[in-house]
Amino acid sequence: MSEGVEISRVSVDFGRFRAVDNVSVDIRPGEFFSFLGPSGCGKTTILRAISGFLEPTEGSISIGGRPMRGIGPNKRPTALIFQNLALFPLMNVWENISFGLKVRGIDKAERRRRAEDLLRIVDLPDAAHKMIAQLSGGQKQRIAIARALAVEPKVMLLDEPLSALDLKLRQHMRSELRAIQERTKVTFIYITHDQNEALAMSDRVGVMSKGRLQQVDTPERIYNDPVNGFVASFVGENSILEGRIQQLDRSQPCFVTADGAIACVAGPDLTNAARTKVYIRPETIKIGDEQVNTLPVVVNSVIFEGNVVSVIGRTESGAHLTSQFTNRPGLMLPSVGEQIKFTFAADAAKVLKVE
Amino acid sequence: MSDFVRRYGWGLSAILVTLTAFWLLALVWVPYSVMIEKSFRLYLPVSEIGGPSDRYTLANYLSLFDMSASSEFLGLMVPIAVQVFLITVFYSCGVTIICFALAYPAAYFLAKKAAPAQIPTLFLMLAIPLFVSEMLRTFAWFIILAYQGPLNALLDAVGLSKVRWLSGYNGIIIGMVYTYILFMFFPIYNSLTALDNNQIEAAKDLGARSWQAHLNVIMPHAKPGISSGATMVFMFAVGSVLVPTLLGSPNSRWFTEIIIRSMFEGQDWNSAAAYAFLLLLVCLLFVSLVMKLFRVNLADITR
Repeated sequence: MSEGVEISRVSVDFGRFRAVDNVSVDIRPGEFFSFLGPSGCGKTTILRAISGFLEPTEGSISIGGRPMRGIGPNKRPTALIFQNLALFPLMNVWENISFGLKVRGIDKAERRRRAEDLLRIVDLPDAAHKMIAQLSGGQKQRIAIARALAVEPKVMLLDEPLSALDLKLRQHMRSELRAIQERTKVTFIYITHDQNEALAMSDRVGVMSKGRLQQVDTPERIYNDPVNGFVASFVGENSILEGRIQQLDRSQPCFVTADGAIACVAGPDLTNAARTKVYIRPETIKIGDEQVNTLPVVVNSVIFEGNVVSVIGRTESGAHLTSQFTNRPGLMLPSVGEQIKFTFAADAAKVLKVE
Repeated sequence: MSDFVRRYGWGLSAILVTLTAFWLLALVWVPYSVMIEKSFRLYLPVSEIGGPSDRYTLANYLSLFDMSASSEFLGLMVPIAVQVFLITVFYSCGVTIICFALAYPAAYFLAKKAAPAQIPTLFLMLAIPLFVSEMLRTFAWFIILAYQGPLNALLDAVGLSKVRWLSGYNGIIIGMVYTYILFMFFPIYNSLTALDNNQIEAAKDLGARSWQAHLNVIMPHAKPGISSGATMVFMFAVGSVLVPTLLGSPNSRWFTEIIIRSMFEGQDWNSAAAYAFLLLLVCLLFVSLVMKLFRVNLADITR
C-alpha cells in the first residue's frame, strides 16, 4: 500500500549556500508527516529532493527501502502537489486527473472510469468536463489531489497547497486532506510554515530552521516539550525572560532573572550558569499567587478576543509577560495600570538553549 | 480611444493616428486597389487603353491555367504555372517544418534551460546576423554552398565526398531556413517564457517522459507561438524573391519568379497583379485550412 521514506544524513548545497544541512528522519509508511519552518529553512528543498527534482549533495533518500539516487521524478513512487497546484489549464478536469494514466499508456475508457472514481473520492462528481479556469480555489485543490492520487503514489508530497485559500476554506480543507489520507492510507509529507496546520493534521512534525531539523515529534510534544528556543518560539506564543540557569544538577533547577529567581524545568544541552532564556506559554500564566512562581506586574494592556482574553503585564525590570485565559460569564478583567500578580508552576517555565 | 488619448494626450494621439491612417491608406490600400483593378484588365498597347477592347475580364487569371503550356506532373497533364505553384507551396511547407524542428528546441532551451546570465549573450548571437542585409547573407550562403566553396572543402578535408548543395531546391531550402528561422524562434520563445515551470515539473512528476511532457503540456502551451511562427515563415517563403533568385538552380522554379518575369520582362503588370493576388488568396486559404486542422484560431495567433 504505502511506503516509508528514509532520509539519511541529507545535505543539499546551492553553490556555497547549504540549504539543507545533515537532515535525518525516518518517515513511517502511512504516516502524515509535516515539515514545519519559516520560509527559507530548506523544507521545500527536502521535498524536491524526495520527489527527484534535485539530488542531495550528500546523504541518501530511500522510499520503501529502495535507494532513490539517480531515479528521475517520473520514475519515483511519489506524487507532488505544488504550491500553485500546477493544474494544466488547457485540459479539462478529467484529462487533468488522468494525465498520469495517459502517459502510462492506459486506454481512454479506463482513464475516464478512473477519473470518475477519483472525482467521487474528492467529492466533485459532476466536474469532469469543466475547464480548470471555471473552478473555485477549493475545487482546484481537490482536482490537484485527485490528479496526484490517480497515479497511485506510495508517497504524497504536498508543498503548502493550502496557503492560497482563505481561512474558512483552509480549515475545511485541512480536515478534508486528513480524511483523504486516512481513507487512502498513503504516506503524506506535508510542507508548511503554518504551525496550526502542521499541528492539526500531522501524526508527527519535523521543525526546521536554517536547513537543520530541530525536532521531530508528535504535535503534542512539539508544543509541550520543545527541545530548544527556536522550536518553542516558532510553535505557539511565549513570554520570554533572559537570565542564567542555576542548580542544573538538583531536582529543581532555578533560573535567575532581573526579576528574581524562577523555579523551572531545564531543556537538553544546557550548562550550569549559562546565559539563556526561559519560555512560558501564555495559557500557563494565571492572575493570582497560588503557584510556586509569582511575579508582581503592572497591567500594560488587556486584549479581549471573545473566547480568549490576554492580559499583558510589565515586570519591575521592564520585561513583558502574557497571561491568556478563556472567557466565561462574570469574568472580572483587570484594568490597565493596575498592580496585579502573575503566577505559574515550575513545569510551565521551560529554560531552553537558544538556537 | 479615450483611454489612448488619456495616456498620450491629444497631440501625440493625433500624430499617431494620422501616421497609421496614412500608412494604411496611402501605402497599403491605394496601391493594392490599383493592382486589383489592373488585374482584371488586359495588358494593351497604349493606343487601345480606354478603347473597346479595354474591359473587365478574368483573362489574366485564367492565363495561369493555360493548358497549351502544360506537361505531365504526378501522372497528370498540368499547366506549368500550376505546377510551379504547387511546388512552391510544397517546399514552403518543408521550409516551415524544418524551421520549426530547429527553432523549437532552441526556443525551449533559451526559455527554460539557459541560465539567466547567459540569455543576453545568446540573444545577441541570434540577432547579429540580422544586422547584415538579407542580400549579403544570401550571397554568403551562395559562397558557402558553392561546389568549390568552404563547406565542400571542409567535407573534403574530413574525408567525406563533396555534395552539390546548389542543385535542385537544396540551396533555396537552406537559404530560406536560415533567413526565416528567427520568425519561428521568437514567437515560440515568447509563448514558452509564459509557461509556468511547475507545469513541466508536474507532468514529469506524474510520470511523463520528456517527450510526453513536450507533446502534452509544453507544445500545446506554445501552440499560439508555433502557429504564428509557422504562418509567418510559410508566407515569407512562398513570397520570397531573393532566395530563389540567388540560391536556385537551373532546374528549380519558384512562383514569384513567374510574377517577376511578367512584371519586369514582359512589362505585363496586369497579369503579374493577377498572379500575385491568386498567390495571396490561395496561400491564405491554405493557411486557414491548416489552422482549422490544428484547431488554432486567429485570436491565438495575434496573442
